Amino acid sequence: MATTTQEISIGDLPARAAAASSEGELKGDNMAINVGPSHPTTHGVLRLLMELDGDTITKCRPVIGYLHRGDEKIAENMTYNQFVPYTDRLDYLAPLANNVAYAMTVEKVAGLQVPERCEAIRVLCCELARISSHLLGVGVYGMDAGAWTVFMYTFTEREKLYTLFEELTGARFTTSYTRIGGVARDIPEGWLGRVNDFCNGVLPVLDQVEKLLTRNRIFLDRTEGIGVISRETALAYGLTGPNLRASGVDFDLRKDRPYLGYDRYDFDVPVGTTGDCYDRYLVRGEEIRQSVRIVRQIIETFPDGPVCAEEAKQIVAPQKSKVLSSMEELIQNFMITTEGPRIPAGEVYFEAENPKGALGFFLVSKGGGVPYRLKIRGPSFCSLSLLEELVPGHHMTDITCILGSLDFVMGECDR
Amino acid sequence: MKATDFTDLVQRFDFLTERESADHLAVNCPADRLLELATALRDELAYDLLLDVTAVDWDAEHPRFTGVYHLYTTERHEYLRIAANCTDDIEPTLPSLSTLYPAANWHERETYDLMGIRYEGHPDLSRILMWDDYPYHPLRKEFPLAGIETPLPADDVAAQTNAKVLPAPMMGGPFVAPTEGPMSQAEPLAKDESWTEKEENQ
Repeated sequence: MATTTQEISIGDLPARAAAASSEGELKGDNMAINVGPSHPTTHGVLRLLMELDGDTITKCRPVIGYLHRGDEKIAENMTYNQFVPYTDRLDYLAPLANNVAYAMTVEKVAGLQVPERCEAIRVLCCELARISSHLLGVGVYGMDAGAWTVFMYTFTEREKLYTLFEELTGARFTTSYTRIGGVARDIPEGWLGRVNDFCNGVLPVLDQVEKLLTRNRIFLDRTEGIGVISRETALAYGLTGPNLRASGVDFDLRKDRPYLGYDRYDFDVPVGTTGDCYDRYLVRGEEIRQSVRIVRQIIETFPDGPVCAEEAKQIVAPQKSKVLSSMEELIQNFMITTEGPRIPAGEVYFEAENPKGALGFFLVSKGGGVPYRLKIRGPSFCSLSLLEELVPGHHMTDITCILGSLDFVMGECDR
Repeated sequence: MKATDFTDLVQRFDFLTERESADHLAVNCPADRLLELATALRDELAYDLLLDVTAVDWDAEHPRFTGVYHLYTTERHEYLRIAANCTDDIEPTLPSLSTLYPAANWHERETYDLMGIRYEGHPDLSRILMWDDYPYHPLRKEFPLAGIETPLPADDVAAQTNAKVLPAPMMGGPFVAPTEGPMSQAEPLAKDESWTEKEENQ
């Protein structure tokens, strides 16, 4: 059989490739990817709609609202003290700090000053809540970046802290510890000593964690220069707390607008330089150490006295022992329970420096025992609004690190 | 540094009036001057953080809706509250600040979603907490606490199961009682009276 050969010319390869790509032949479509709403990296129910070009994200649209419970509507329909348990469920990793922020907002519109001992207990609550939240934040962040061991260390410590919370409030998670004008009960006997023991134990663990992460080549590669938030962007998007400070803005409400007598305690505010994922890790680690410093100072100078502003008879419920033996206290207790504390009319906005950022409450009171309008400003809400701008340009695998470093909580974002 | 007070602001912005406040400096601003005010506050007076955007529904009063903004300056560490009344009670609108402060983008979407205030000039004023087809604005005062029956957002599930989004049963819940009326209603029950067990005189 006769065979013929035919020469095939492949021509000018670069020119062909250029022609093909301009016709869209080699380009291919961008891939749409959906992460969440139930996905391990999203730490809750966050959904990300993303568009990928190869491995690079070109578009990201966060979808939130899966945990919306209508807390603001609920608040308008119950008395002030009844709303305290709902604040537990905002940032559910630091319920004690939320309780304090809410109680202080209402006290502000009432013009109520709580006694010194109550202030000290509340600062203690806030700082322990910060330690517990950051311990989880750093631990889970390590896990997101592939360092599982860190989580085991920090979670063990957090567990010890929760035992302390249980002793103080009766609950590990949903503490509901504050009341308008005070706290639910005084600290148990010997509790401060156990807090001190915890402080002594947590610092060596932090050293271990830092040995595992701070100079870890893999961790550095995954976090350094990733998710960089510039100072201007951070401010424009209303970031607060560790996320803002990591971007180099020295803004801490405990220092800048001291409440609860924070100006009496000596502590430093860590501030980052580049605003990348690594800086956010460093800031959180240091904040735990500073909180331990504050806790130790409180233990040293713990004041005596009442834990409630007892002179405010229309706001603070009387002691239980007196309710059953005295008519006046019985009536007072009945009125506060059924109609709520008598809060004067007015508008206030109060923000507290919570572990995740500035948790704000805007309260409009028309007088009486029920808020007219209560707006809750969750710091995680603002952190997540940045994703749309922050994420594009990164690789798919960076998503875990970016989300982990922002340390958000959906309970507070969706309210 | 001297704290900003109302006289400083009114010298620069003569359209402002002072607003009663239990804590920070607060001003009333006409809705049509809001953008001008916010631009000047950000660029000249260093109010660099927009912390919160929200609105209040005053129910039967006029103006019914008031938009409330909280600004903060990281230079002088002061808050400023700006309140702007919506002139229209039926179709409340306010100018959007999202071009000035990107933070306003989500806050305004939330206020639109829950309170029904339209922000003019917002790049994407869609619902954020409720689902896209949700027909109501739940934070308005006339919206009942228990909710209103609405179709399920998932059409395929709704077609198969006939399921709907139902109002929440509120009986015996922790909600405040109306202060007037018969004793059976003075117990802590839902404000929504359709759930109250029975009238006392029956």
